[in-house]
Amino acid sequence: MTGLTSPAPRTTAPAAGPTPGAAQGPPPAADAGTRGPRRTALLPTAALVLGALYCLLPVAWVLVAATKPGDALFSTFTFLPGTGLGDNVTDLTAYRDGIYWRWMLNSVLYAGLGAVLSTAVSALAGYALAVYRFPGREAFFNVMLTGVLMPPVILAIPQYLLLAEAGLTGTYASVLLPLILSPYGVYLGRVYAEAAIPMELVEAGRMDGAGEWRIFLRIALPMLSPGLVTIFLFQFVAIWNNFLLPFIMLGDDEKFPMTVGLFTLLKQGASQPALYTLVITGALLAIAPLIALFLVIQRFWSLDLLSGAVKS
Amino acid sequence: MPHITRRALAAATAVLLGATALTACGSGSGGGEGAGTGPVELTYWAWAPGMDKVAALWNAEHPDIRVTVQKQASGDDLVTKIITAAKAHEGPDLVQAEYQALPTLVSNDALADIAKETRGVEDKFAPGVWQQTTFGGEAVYALPQDSGPMMFFYRADLFRQYGLTVPTTWDEFAATARALKEKAPDKALTTFSANDAGLFAGLAQQAGARWWTFEGDTWKVGVDDAATRKVADFWGGLVAEGAIDNQPMYTPAWNKALNTGEQIAWVSAVWAPGTLTTAAPATKGKWAMAPLPQWTRGASATGSWGGSSTAVTSDSQHKEAAAKFAVWLNTDPKALAALVKESGIYPAATAAQTSGALAQAPDFFSNQPDFYTRAAEIAKTTAPAAWGPNVNVAYTSFKDEFGKAAKARTRAAFGTALTSVRNTTVADLRKQGFEVAP
Repeated sequence: MTGLTSPAPRTTAPAAGPTPGAAQGPPPAADAGTRGPRRTALLPTAALVLGALYCLLPVAWVLVAATKPGDALFSTFTFLPGTGLGDNVTDLTAYRDGIYWRWMLNSVLYAGLGAVLSTAVSALAGYALAVYRFPGREAFFNVMLTGVLMPPVILAIPQYLLLAEAGLTGTYASVLLPLILSPYGVYLGRVYAEAAIPMELVEAGRMDGAGEWRIFLRIALPMLSPGLVTIFLFQFVAIWNNFLLPFIMLGDDEKFPMTVGLFTLLKQGASQPALYTLVITGALLAIAPLIALFLVIQRFWSLDLLSGAVKS
Repeated sequence: MPHITRRALAAATAVLLGATALTACGSGSGGGEGAGTGPVELTYWAWAPGMDKVAALWNAEHPDIRVTVQKQASGDDLVTKIITAAKAHEGPDLVQAEYQALPTLVSNDALADIAKETRGVEDKFAPGVWQQTTFGGEAVYALPQDSGPMMFFYRADLFRQYGLTVPTTWDEFAATARALKEKAPDKALTTFSANDAGLFAGLAQQAGARWWTFEGDTWKVGVDDAATRKVADFWGGLVAEGAIDNQPMYTPAWNKALNTGEQIAWVSAVWAPGTLTTAAPATKGKWAMAPLPQWTRGASATGSWGGSSTAVTSDSQHKEAAAKFAVWLNTDPKALAALVKESGIYPAATAAQTSGALAQAPDFFSNQPDFYTRAAEIAKTTAPAAWGPNVNVAYTSFKDEFGKAAKARTRAAFGTALTSVRNTTVADLRKQGFEVAP
């Protein structure tokens, strides 16, 4: 193990970033001695810093680029902020009578309603799979699990053809329906329900004469809520970023979500320049609701207060 | 307690199914067309900006046929979307389609033959353009909307500064590139870019290449024919000796190179002023346009890059009405004037190319007042194009192979790349079940 790990910091640390290396004092001597543990902590830190940069740099780029007026976008230094953010937002709002905000509303509808419905289905299914014993339970769960492995992208066209049979393509429902059943959500729901809901509590509820619905709604649901918040967030972000499904399903640009809508600004044919400034500003504004959602929902993410309800 | 379990599950399932059924009813009735007495409703998938405004003009004059424009993103993705919609019989009535996408759409049965509805329209377009919507046969699959005759754009001020003359042949073009390198080694005449195959296709077309031809019931792929070889060898040679740059177009770096005068010319098409406006805003009024350099002195031929057409889908319930709109859109002077103004297109209809709507040069080229007069002259010399059913495959392969070749900077790499593109195209055609001549 040591043979593998010890040369790594020596070669990567100076290249990866001199700052953490300098903060750690003089470069490590040949025999590590007490510095051993410190040296091993350097590598993860450097890796995390690199990872953070990797994730945040594009966001920073979008943030800066959205402040630049169109003629400065590619001609000034990449991370030099401009003064055009207000104008860019005004231009975006003026574009085709503010259709951008319609796309934003559509996205909120698809992601919000879709995530709520999908969370509800995941909660019910997960709870049922975790608490009840019925024939075919494992088989159902395993089939579900293969669904987790299936990328949603390859399902978009079959789903389109199926919904076309039902005459539903081009409607709001065509984007919402395929997203309601999320295999990953059901999987998370079951795993979480198994861990969070002690069977004793369910039994106690039954002894006291509560019906199954009552037990689910009044006892299980509050205990499940941190898990459900996670499922909700996962689904919300997944639907918010979804592109191919709405792209295939919808023809009417009034029903587009933001992802598909902004794409039409980028691809206006060979004879028309792409509206980069508007797209970048639109992309920046599209991040805002996600950040707000995370900030608001964080408080529901706290540990379940009922975890001490039974002794185990 | 198994009975409770089963009942609870059944109830939950019923609720879900009910919800689905309700949604189905609600949307189903809303989506149905009022085919009875009301006006004919047409939907039109287009990407050109402002197309909804042009359609509004039609709607105001034709209360019996109402056209709704649904704006789409252009490109190969839209072709896929149209084909998918056609398979499900859920497509719109009209689509905007690039010329090179038409064979793909036709071979997927997505487009209707509108020869009957468009009789007498043919002579309003240049033969080279019209042929792209008919493939030289009896059927008419679309009406030409805009075209992209290729031209040579150069920085007039820098040409003067370095004492360069505008090249009229490709040999002179090469000499100009070398002369500039000698005088200003940090500058380049232009770049060879592999990220838009349309440019190379247009150049090959000018040289007389016929990439796809159909005889009897077999396709012949000429992607590596003698004319194309000549073009690939020419550009490969310039890249190999370092006379021109090898960086791709449409990148921030490319924008910067144009804006700062690092690159002083661009082989492009009539729509270049629009691109330059955003790519190189600091160079306004400093550019000029000239005909494309020729392979033989005194000849006049050009290729086309870009351009699109209006097609009626095979699923349309109102083909006649849709064709009527397509004819109006692409031949009526009022419609064409609106297309020029609102959508910024260069009309394919020859009469419109010299009409009042194009009397004034584009803003960016205000120093060349006769811009559109010259453009119309050049447009007449457009060589015919020969597109096949898998242009998208050839284009993707081109991007990959020539991207590598441009990086390799050797003449031989360009030749190898061309052979690969040809082989990929042929293999794909065979895989799709077409007969291909060896």
